[in-house]
Amino acid sequence: MSLTQAGAVASATTVQAEDAPGGLTRDALRRMRRSPTAIIGLVLIVVFVLVAVFAPLLAPYDPTVQRLDLIRPGEYPGPSREFLLGLDQLGRDELSRIIYGARYSLLIGVVSLTLGASVGLLLGLVAGAFGGWVDSLVMRVVDIMLAVPGLLLAIGVAALLGPRLLSVMIAIAVVNVPIFARLLRGSMLAQRRSDYALAARSLGVTRRRVVLNHVFPNSLAPVIVQGTLALATAIIEAAGLAYLGLGSSDPAIPEWGRMLADTQSSLATSPLLALWPGLAIVFSVLGFYLLGEALREALDPKLRR
Amino acid sequence: MLTFVVRRLLLLIPILLGLSILVFLFVRALPGGPETALLGERSTPERAAAVRAAYGLDRPVYEQYASYMGKVAQGDFGVSIQTQRPVLEEIRNRFPATIELASSAMLFAVAVGIPLGFVAGRRPQSWVDNLSTGGSLLGIAIPVFALGFLLKYVFAVKLGWLPGTGRQDVTITTDHPTGFFVLDGVLTGDLPAAWDALKHLVLPAVALGTIPLAIITRITRAAVQEVSNEDFVRTAEAKGMTKQVVTRRHILRNAMLPVITIVGLQTGLLLSGAILTERVFSFGGMGSLMSEAIFRRDFPVLQGGILFLAVVFVLVNMLVDISYGFLDPRVRGA
Repeated sequence: MSLTQAGAVASATTVQAEDAPGGLTRDALRRMRRSPTAIIGLVLIVVFVLVAVFAPLLAPYDPTVQRLDLIRPGEYPGPSREFLLGLDQLGRDELSRIIYGARYSLLIGVVSLTLGASVGLLLGLVAGAFGGWVDSLVMRVVDIMLAVPGLLLAIGVAALLGPRLLSVMIAIAVVNVPIFARLLRGSMLAQRRSDYALAARSLGVTRRRVVLNHVFPNSLAPVIVQGTLALATAIIEAAGLAYLGLGSSDPAIPEWGRMLADTQSSLATSPLLALWPGLAIVFSVLGFYLLGEALREALDPKLRR
Repeated sequence: MLTFVVRRLLLLIPILLGLSILVFLFVRALPGGPETALLGERSTPERAAAVRAAYGLDRPVYEQYASYMGKVAQGDFGVSIQTQRPVLEEIRNRFPATIELASSAMLFAVAVGIPLGFVAGRRPQSWVDNLSTGGSLLGIAIPVFALGFLLKYVFAVKLGWLPGTGRQDVTITTDHPTGFFVLDGVLTGDLPAAWDALKHLVLPAVALGTIPLAIITRITRAAVQEVSNEDFVRTAEAKGMTKQVVTRRHILRNAMLPVITIVGLQTGLLLSGAILTERVFSFGGMGSLMSEAIFRRDFPVLQGGILFLAVVFVLVNMLVDISYGFLDPRVRGA
C-alpha cells in the first residue's frame, strides 16, 4: 500500500468517525476544524496569547528603559537593525513595548469579560429562572443600562473611578453586564419552552434541576459567542478610553491604546509609531472576532446536519 | 397599530425615570464636585461650603433630585459651571454639529453599504463579496480614532486634499441661523462657505461611518442571501417573472427589513456622541461637549448632556421599533 493510499484510508475512517452522531460540542468542534475563519482566528489568538505570556523572553529590551541619547524632540529613529520597530517619543524600544502591550490588552480583555459576564449571567440566570416580577425588575434595570450608549457608559464609569488600569477593566465590564444578562435570559426563555424541558418536568424532575441542569447549559451557546466577541470589543474600547485620557495614567505601562493615542502629536513626523500599535490592535481584535463568527456558525443548531 | 405605538411610548416612562436617577447619582458620585471645579487651588472649607450651598448640594439627595427633575420638566437643565451659560443653550449650540456629522456618516454608510452588501449577497464568493467581507472585517477591527488618524494623515497632512480639523475655515465669517453649517451657507447664499463646511465633513464622516458601513454591508449580504433562498422567490422565478422584478419586489423589499433596523439603531448610536471622532477632528459637537465636561467636572452639563443623549438614543430606537411595526405587520402583535 502506497503512502497516499494509506492516507486515503486513514482519512476515510476519520470521516466515518466524525460523521457518527455526537453532541453539539463535538459537532461544533468538527465544523470548526473545517472552517478557515476559525483557523485564522485561532492562529491570531494563539500568537497573541503566546506573545503576552512569553513577553519577557521575546522582548529584546526592557520596555521602560529610555535611550534619551538617541532621540531629539520630533525626531525618533525609525526601524533599524538594533531597534526593529524604532524608538518611541520617549526613546523606548517600540517592539518591546508592543510585545509587553499584549499582556495589558489580554489582561484588560479577560478581566473585564470575566467580571462583566459573571454579573450579567447571574442577572440573566435569575431573570430567566424565576420569571414573573423578578424578570420584569431585572430586565427594566438592563433596559436602563442599555439606554446609555456603550462608550458613554464606559466613559462615565472610568471617570468615576479615576485613571487607572482597573477602572478601564471595570468600565468595560459594566458595559458587558446588560448585554450578557439580556442574552442569557432570552436564550433561557426560549429553552424553557422547549420539548425536552417539558419532558423533564413531566418526568417529575424538580423545577430547579430542570433550570440548572437542562435549560441553563443549553442556553450557553450564544453566550460563548458573545464572550469571544466581547474580548474583541474590550480591546477596542480600552483603546478608546486611553485616547480620551481615561486609561492608566502611568506612562510606563505599554498599553496599545495609549501608545496609539500618544502618537497624535507626532503623526506628521513619525507616522510609523502609530502604525505598530494600530496593527497590534487590529490583528488581536480580528482574531477574537473571526473566532467568534466561526463559533456562531458552528454552534447554530439550524446548520447542523 | 395605535395600541402598539402607545404601548411603546408607555414603556419609555420607567426607563427614562430610572435613567434620570442613575445619571443624577452618578454625577454626585464623581470625585471632586463643583467646588473643586470652581475653586480649584483656592478651595478652603468655608468657600467649598458656600459653593455647595449655592448649588443646593447641602440638602438631602432625594430633595436635590426632586428639585432637579422639577426644573427639567420646565426645560431648565441648570447652568454650566465652566461657561455660566444655560446647559440647554450649550446643547442647542452643539447638537446641530452632531446631527450634521451623524447623518453624513450614515449617508455614507448606507450609500456604500447597501449596494455592496446586495451585490455580495447575490453573488457569494465573487470578488465583490470577498472584498466587502474583508473590508468590513477590517472596518470593525480598527479603532475609530486610529482610522481617524490614518485618514487625517493621508488626506489632510500628506495629500492636503481635505481639511482635517474643525467644522469650517476660521477665515469664514458667515451667520449661522440654524447651526447646521452646510445648510447655513446655502440659506445665507454664501455657497463657498457651504462648500467649505461640506469639505470639513468628509473625513470625520468617513471615519465615523466605517463601523456602520461594515455592519450594514454584512447585514444586507446575509439578508439578501437568506431571502434569495425563500420559496416565494423560487415561485416568482418559476412564474416567469423577470429577474429585475423578482430582485426589486421580492428580494430587495424583504431583505431591507433587518437593514432598516440596523440603520436606525446605528443612527441612535452615532447621534449619541461620536466622542472619539469629534476629538480627532476637533469637531465641536455633543461628543466634545461631553468629554470637556468630564475633564472640567462641569456637572450640570454632564448631567443634562447624558440625559439628553440617552433620551435621543431611546427615542430613535423607539422610532425604529415603530417603523418596523409599519413595515412588517407580523411585529405588531408582539
